[in-house]
Amino acid sequence: MSNINLDTDPERNPENPETRHAPELAKPDDVSHLSFAEIAAQGHGATRLDPDAPAVLSVDNLKMYFPVKSSGVVRRTIGHVQAVDGISFEVPRGGSLGLVGESGCGKSTTGRLITRLYEPTGGSMHFGEDRVDLAKVSNRAMKPLRRDVQMIFQDPYTSLNPRHTVGSIVGAPLSVHKVVPKDKIKDRVKELLEVVGLNPEHYNRYPNEFSGGQRQRIGIARALTLNPKLLVADEPVSALDVSIQAQVINLLQELQAEMGIAFLFIAHDLAIVRHFCPEVAVMYLGKIVEIADRETIYGSAHHPYTQALLSAVPDVKQAAIGGRRERIRLEGDVPSPINPPSGCRFRTRCHLAQDICAKVEPPLLQIGPRHKVACHFAGELGDAPRTPVTAGLLGVDGQGSPDPSVTPEDIPTGPGYEKRWFDVKSRQMVSA
Amino acid sequence: MSSTEPFLVVEDLTVRFPTEDGLVTAVQDLSYSVEKGKTLGIVGESGSGKSVSSMAVLGLHDARTARITGSIRVDGQEVVGLNEAGLRKLRGRQIAMIFQDALAALHPFYKIGGQLAEAYQVHHPKATKREARRKAVEMLDRVGIPQPDRRVDDFPHQFSGGMRQRAMIAMGLINDPSLLIADEPTTALDVTVQAQILDLLQDLQSEFNSAVIIITHDLGVIAEMADDVLVMYAGRGVEYGPGKEILTRPQMPYTWGLLSSVPDVTGDTDSKLIPIPGNPPSLLNPPTGCAFHPRCVHSDKVEGDLCATTMPAFEQGNSGVRHLKRCHLRDPEVIFEREVLPVIAPELLEEK
Amino acid sequence: MFAYVVKRLLAGVLVLFLVSMSIFLLFWYGPNEPARVMCDTKTSNRCNAERLDRFTEELGYNNAWYAEYGDYVKGVFVGRDITVAAQTTRCDAPCFGLSYKNGKPVWEDMKDRLPATFSVAIGGATLYLLLGVPLGVAAARRRGTVQDKALVSSFLFLSSVPYYLFALLTWLFFSLKWEVPLIGDTGYVPLTESPTAWFGGLALAWICLGIFGCTQYTRYARGAMVEALSEDYIRTAKAKGLPTRTVVYRHGLRAALVPIVTIFGIDFGTLLAGTIFTERIFDIEGIGLWSLRAVMQRDLPIVSATALFSAVVLIMANLIVDLVYSILDPRVRLS
Repeated sequence: MSNINLDTDPERNPENPETRHAPELAKPDDVSHLSFAEIAAQGHGATRLDPDAPAVLSVDNLKMYFPVKSSGVVRRTIGHVQAVDGISFEVPRGGSLGLVGESGCGKSTTGRLITRLYEPTGGSMHFGEDRVDLAKVSNRAMKPLRRDVQMIFQDPYTSLNPRHTVGSIVGAPLSVHKVVPKDKIKDRVKELLEVVGLNPEHYNRYPNEFSGGQRQRIGIARALTLNPKLLVADEPVSALDVSIQAQVINLLQELQAEMGIAFLFIAHDLAIVRHFCPEVAVMYLGKIVEIADRETIYGSAHHPYTQALLSAVPDVKQAAIGGRRERIRLEGDVPSPINPPSGCRFRTRCHLAQDICAKVEPPLLQIGPRHKVACHFAGELGDAPRTPVTAGLLGVDGQGSPDPSVTPEDIPTGPGYEKRWFDVKSRQMVSA
Repeated sequence: MSSTEPFLVVEDLTVRFPTEDGLVTAVQDLSYSVEKGKTLGIVGESGSGKSVSSMAVLGLHDARTARITGSIRVDGQEVVGLNEAGLRKLRGRQIAMIFQDALAALHPFYKIGGQLAEAYQVHHPKATKREARRKAVEMLDRVGIPQPDRRVDDFPHQFSGGMRQRAMIAMGLINDPSLLIADEPTTALDVTVQAQILDLLQDLQSEFNSAVIIITHDLGVIAEMADDVLVMYAGRGVEYGPGKEILTRPQMPYTWGLLSSVPDVTGDTDSKLIPIPGNPPSLLNPPTGCAFHPRCVHSDKVEGDLCATTMPAFEQGNSGVRHLKRCHLRDPEVIFEREVLPVIAPELLEEK
Repeated sequence: MFAYVVKRLLAGVLVLFLVSMSIFLLFWYGPNEPARVMCDTKTSNRCNAERLDRFTEELGYNNAWYAEYGDYVKGVFVGRDITVAAQTTRCDAPCFGLSYKNGKPVWEDMKDRLPATFSVAIGGATLYLLLGVPLGVAAARRRGTVQDKALVSSFLFLSSVPYYLFALLTWLFFSLKWEVPLIGDTGYVPLTESPTAWFGGLALAWICLGIFGCTQYTRYARGAMVEALSEDYIRTAKAKGLPTRTVVYRHGLRAALVPIVTIFGIDFGTLLAGTIFTERIFDIEGIGLWSLRAVMQRDLPIVSATALFSAVVLIMANLIVDLVYSILDPRVRLS
């Protein structure tokens, strides 16, 4: 059961920090008595990174290949969609990792793999204190683990069964997992509704009686029912109106701070991810091309794809105070994940690409204390090196052909960060 | 009509729909204008009336149910009350519209080329099929679709999302319209594709010198595209003026709320995300007084219960430039600078 | 596309195989005496235990079912000779056996009845499509108006009357009471014999099927059309400046046809398999009436032949629907 106090009735429980703002959230249509100072006090800045938090989830070399069948009388497997192809990352306990990239990059597939809606083709996903490998457990063994790993979906209109009341939607996990006696379920559901800022008296209403933002709150309440340790949030706010987005993001931040939930936050909105996630992984065509803490990704991205993505984000304040940043135009579309380009998958759209990029796949190389990048020409925006920084490490020459005079080095590929890393400026291993 | 009037003038536009639950007022007393070569950005959330008002410009509402009053003048010609034949001459020829979801907005059963050619031929009845097809290929090429002579025979589902939106734009521009209305043209697209589409729209606008209305909920898109901005809430204009003015010196708490609801990709990480509490109002039973007052967190700074009882006029604010706002607040710029800005964008304050 | 058709046909053959085998097994293990009918007929109702045993033996019911089934399948493809009561009858392919009642090859009777059923089905279906779809489109365009509501509610009323009652009343009034010339005299006369009599004999059946089907197809078409007209691409078509007619028919109806075609395919297949009420009431010797009689008389070869025929018709109807679907909707790629 919950170790935090979910009783939010101020009369019964005046000590609970929830009671400070629960009444306002519970009646979202009547807020005129609120002043800006009060509402501003409830707003949150960007979530901070806790660099010492242990990993709640370590994903190592995770792969998901979907078979492609031939047409014809006999259907053979003629290829695979490499939706996710060998990605590694960690989600710290109580922290958030953002997963960004264009549609089709494999970020949603990753979320579904972690919640085991798909069975991965390869790799491991160690979860929790017991380091259970979610990739290997049977569906039966997965059932108790599903309490700990929950999902919030994008579309609040289709992810709730219209024929079930809110009470039964939120309460279903309780009866399925038999964690609360039957007669207590209703009370618990009411508590949860209050936590997510809905009127608890509405537990017997149907989803269509709620607005989009309120439905997303119902989805969140459902995900919270079993006190999960990890929430996979797949585009949780992109279907919502702007003003409602901020309500939901604030709610998620509050819940994270109070309940210590870790988030894998999948979104295409780079600004929202920046606000919510102290660490961000950028995916392109099934691979992580860059992963780092917020300041590094948004301040000194070293991968040309990350730089292009960031330059494409329209920026209110920048544009309003005059001038806009120079955009890096990405030509064309993302190539097919059935036949991805050889070597570096981004090379077909990359303005830095050279011969080596087609021949050798760049490894996800650690180049800073909390920064990994997969690019032969990794460098700050506008300051990319002329020769591949990786050539020496990989035992190849500047064009990517094998160079017998250089011995390739052993590059760690694990999910976490090492104490020593490769400095791209000096081209040497350094340590903190 | 005077020849100096802007290309599109909307005056006191009101659109009502009778429903089983009563009369819904989707747009009320809306006025704005757009000149050729200029872009007006209309911002608002779902239900704010931004799409409904633009559809009225094309006369797309069902004449049997929609009750439209006020005036919409396109190049001096009155659109409200115009008959179907007159409207058809305007649609696609002088005014083109592109829609949010190009996959849904293109007919799934017809080839891209056929749909473009159809748009051309309806306004060029003398054109042969071959000419229409050539025009379609030319337009696809113009909007940057590779191998247009081959892709012209593709169906919409064979295009990627970005290419479909390009095809949609090509279809809109095939008859050289003087006004292009883009309703959430990039909402469903990835940022990289969005950037391509916005660039394309700007290039085409400077080439064709058309007037553009861009409807969006994304202030970033507005900031990059719009010369003028109209903020709508619950069917009414609540703030209207030059884009830079609206985004840097907004005077209406709703606009402040929109600005504080979206994080900025380059802003200070200490900036707070401050939502607008509550939900947009029902158009069936709009709140009394200012429609925004139940969600407004600054109404305590207005004496008495003015906000709850009296609809504020849409009038010129204190600043020198043309800047209309619908709010009872006396000194909004002071409140914005002293209270709001330090919380949502401390770094901007320092620059000042 | 070709591979898809081949695959579907192979699957269809498999279904036919299973259907025919299950029917066959019912003969063998079902709670009946399959030889009784023939025994009664051949002995002018003086069938006794000994005679019944002889017929059972002659009809092969004492053999292993799979051996007989093999013979049956062979007969369907190449024909066979069947000996009953010391009388050998040549049964040409497609041979579904001999009727226990009249001893004639089943196919010969069936051949005579197919044109009647086909005439009824094609005429009725044409009528209800031609009436129903335009009415549905018209109602959809006037959605919410008095005309629309009147049409929908009157058709709802009409379609809640049981079909047999509706057909029976039609016959009672037109044929029996008013004795309307030409169409009052119902029944099937081959088209080649007398086109006028063919038309007159079937007209009431067509009207009944047509009106009754029309009430349903108006509703289908209205629903499909209302949905199509609310699509985004309809708004786009209007925004292009297209005339209303083009918007409604070229853009709207084209999309609305897809669900209509799906329902029609199955409906028409069912009609072809025989319309028992229609044939019975209007005295048309078609497949439906024939199979009904065969069931009542336990004339098992006819029962199995008509069951197989229904299966073939429904499989083909489904396949054709899918093919038409892929022509109508380019997104559907048959593979």
